[in-house]
Amino acid sequence: MVKHNFVYFFREGLKNMSSHRLMSFTAISMTLGCLLIMGTFTLVAVNAAMNLSTLANSNEIVAFVDETLTEQQGRALEEKLLSIPNITAARYITRAEALAAYTEKNPQEELFRDLDPGIFRDRYALTIENLEQIDLTVRRVEHTDGIAKVNYYEEMASGIITVRNVAAIVSAALIGVLFVVSVFIISNTIRLTTYDRREEIAIMKIVGATNAFIRWPFVYEGFLMGMIAGGLAFLLQWGLYAAVTGAVAENDAQRLFEILPFSRIWLPVLGSFLGTGMLVGIGGSMTAIRRFLDV
Amino acid sequence: MIRLKDVELEYENGTKAIQGITLTIEDGEFVFLVGPSGSGKSTIIKLLTGELLPTFGRVMVNGFSIMNVRDPQIPLMRRTLGVVYQDFRLIDKKTVYDNLSFVMRAVGANPREIKDRIPRILHVLELEDKMQCYPRELSGGEQQRVAIARALVNHPSTIIADEPTGNLDPDRSMDLMRLLIRVNQMGTTVVVVTHARELVNRFGKRVVTLDAGLITHDAVGRYVGGRRYG
Ligand SMILES: Nc1ncnc2c1ncn2[C@@H]1O[C@H](COP(=O)(O)OP(=O)(O)O)[C@@H](O)[C@H]1O
Ligand SMILES: [Mg+2]
Repeated sequence: MVKHNFVYFFREGLKNMSSHRLMSFTAISMTLGCLLIMGTFTLVAVNAAMNLSTLANSNEIVAFVDETLTEQQGRALEEKLLSIPNITAARYITRAEALAAYTEKNPQEELFRDLDPGIFRDRYALTIENLEQIDLTVRRVEHTDGIAKVNYYEEMASGIITVRNVAAIVSAALIGVLFVVSVFIISNTIRLTTYDRREEIAIMKIVGATNAFIRWPFVYEGFLMGMIAGGLAFLLQWGLYAAVTGAVAENDAQRLFEILPFSRIWLPVLGSFLGTGMLVGIGGSMTAIRRFLDV
Repeated sequence: MIRLKDVELEYENGTKAIQGITLTIEDGEFVFLVGPSGSGKSTIIKLLTGELLPTFGRVMVNGFSIMNVRDPQIPLMRRTLGVVYQDFRLIDKKTVYDNLSFVMRAVGANPREIKDRIPRILHVLELEDKMQCYPRELSGGEQQRVAIARALVNHPSTIIADEPTGNLDPDRSMDLMRLLIRVNQMGTTVVVVTHARELVNRFGKRVVTLDAGLITHDAVGRYVGGRRYG
């Protein structure tokens, strides 16, 4: 049996690739584009999902208690609030506590140091279970007797949900379509190489080369194209991500929307680009060479 | 040893190219396979190389008997054969050296063997100074010698040549036949398909004559038959 001659197959694969520079370039560019589109939508979806979960974790909604109620009457509302579906916890905060928390959070604002707690209202911090139903929950809280007003980041939450949903659907659909397109293009490129080398293939067969030996260079050819596309797509994605992060930071002074630093996601991005590139490349060569093997 | 037993071959379009042939070629024999155009000579060669499987009967080549197109034995069987064609089938983009090295690599030879063996075989075929030439830089006779070198380089036990002199002038054809005789004298079985009646008569070897997919003569010595072949 012929042992696997990595160096030989690799060199032959490279030779195959460079024998069709334009075709290989096109195949690599297409695959790269596919990966980039796929990666961009996935990263948008990932960031949206992360912001949603921070919102869900940190951003309790605040329900202000009517000022005419005494503290005892105010505290008595807890049970009613907890009976509203989608509310998992309710914490009563007196106006004094609210002031203390506020000054602690904004120590630089000396002006407010000596504020009368009277300008704050007693309030509930309510924890929401499912952010997607926040509208309904808020309406119910507002209609509770003794609650004057509710504050929450309605637009922010629904905006992020929309972004996440669109990005997730688009990336799922694109991944499928682009995967097929990339496999098809790589497969056609390799079919062209097999056509170019048909005399060599015929001679190799007649002298007794195994099918595996004949196939490997084409598998390497596809593998190489996929890997090159994956590597380049990673670099471009990195640049794109850095640019977008910079633009968001500039326009979002309040840091409402948080973006994952690339240093925390580069490894999975690189891994999935190379992995997908490899699958597409090898898939493409498999479709191309399946046929020319018998006899 | 090559053995065909009651072999029939019908192409997909219904042409019955071989109509029932039984033939044995012993190890070390030299056999001319002759007959008019369309009599089935090339079809027999393809049956021997496993490019075609018989529609009936059995083909045995050097201990192998191939039963289906996916038989993993096919490459092993082919390694016992060296095949030469009328049109040489050299790779235009490869030098003489690379035309040989790539078929050695194809069957797993290591670089040392390749470096060793190619100059030796090219020396035997008087091609050592053509090593770095491309096929188009060679004459027809030289190209056919390269093809024979390629057929020999993996040390097959049998050489099969389908009209190897078809594209050569009479002198070159004579040289090529002498070369094949020498290869045979070194112990390799040789089967040559040819039209060259004068050559066949000259060498006094076994001659198997085909007509319309059947063997009509099998005798030592002369190219028999009343018709003009070719
Ligand atoms: N691939 C093919 N498909 C159909 N018929 C074929 C094919 N190859 C050869 N034949 C037919 O089979 C017969 C024998 O052909 P072949 O073996 O090439 O003859 P030879 O080599 O003796 O000239 C001829 O009638 C030829 O037309
Ligand atoms: Mg013929």
